[in-house]
Amino acid sequence: MMRCRKSWLLGLMLVLIAAAAGAQVVTDPAPLRFNSSGEEQRFLHVVTELRCVMCQNQTLADSNAQIARDLRREVLVLMRQGKTDDEIRDYLVARYGEFVLYKPRVEAKTWLLWFGPALLLLAGGFVVARVIRQHAGTTALPVDDAQEW
Amino acid sequence: MKPGRWLPLAIFGALAILLATGVWLSRRPDRDALPSPLIGKPAPQFSLPVLHEPGRLVTLADLKGAPFVLNVWGSWCPSCREEHAVVTRFAETKRVRVIGYNWKDDHADALRWLEQFGNPYWLVLVDIDSRYALDWGIYGAPETFLVDGRGIIRWKHVGALTDNIVHDELLPALASAERAR
Repeated sequence: MMRCRKSWLLGLMLVLIAAAAGAQVVTDPAPLRFNSSGEEQRFLHVVTELRCVMCQNQTLADSNAQIARDLRREVLVLMRQGKTDDEIRDYLVARYGEFVLYKPRVEAKTWLLWFGPALLLLAGGFVVARVIRQHAGTTALPVDDAQEW
Repeated sequence: MKPGRWLPLAIFGALAILLATGVWLSRRPDRDALPSPLIGKPAPQFSLPVLHEPGRLVTLADLKGAPFVLNVWGSWCPSCREEHAVVTRFAETKRVRVIGYNWKDDHADALRWLEQFGNPYWLVLVDIDSRYALDWGIYGAPETFLVDGRGIIRWKHVGALTDNIVHDELLPALASAERAR
């Protein structure tokens, strides 16, 4: 009989703790519901190219921050209002700045960011080609008839 | 003594300078703060209830005519407690209206927090479900805005206010906002 009472008390405590936790005000934590798989695909496409403004190394799709959940909900609302992907991006950039775009726009400001690596690769390629051409023909290949390939 | 032997060291030196520049440019503690694109633009329209007067709605138009400081806070936010003394000291100078923006909070918790720590605000707006917060570009508390008499956002600070920030940034911004009436 003692064991029954202890477990009953423990159960009651757990229920009370859970109720107290649920008393916090939090916007609906339920996952977003999509009307069609097409809508879901488009949503994921838009949201993986936006940045979480709080956890700034994550995309809006990946982040679990409260503000990320709010912004994802907002993107879905905007999509359902008929806005295009560009309009949704402009809406967020107007409020949070260019940094909210995880994939930067290709414009004069970001040319160095987008094309810099390719330019560096080209420059490196030229240096390698020049070094190789300098050394070409200066050393004869060693002849070793004892070895077989 | 080929001059080319110093090339690797020179390249390393250049890279080290690049690294040092990057570290120097990132020295500020609020390097993660997003600069607001709303500086110089009109503040977003809103219509929000007041914490201490249920049923009363306040809009942006009601607040125009003189500059005001909007301080975003929540009872759940530990940094807001840190800056509370600074906000209180600033509000007590009565230089400008300091309006609270209670964000994503519980009504009872907010009232209790103000009772416990003091209420420096001229008015407290309540935005429980973040309806207008996204329009302001709010993404974390505490944040503080300066809006001039015509409703243009002049200055924003992300993070806890300190006396230095109030003195070095807010007061000059306020002075120029008051001049450009």
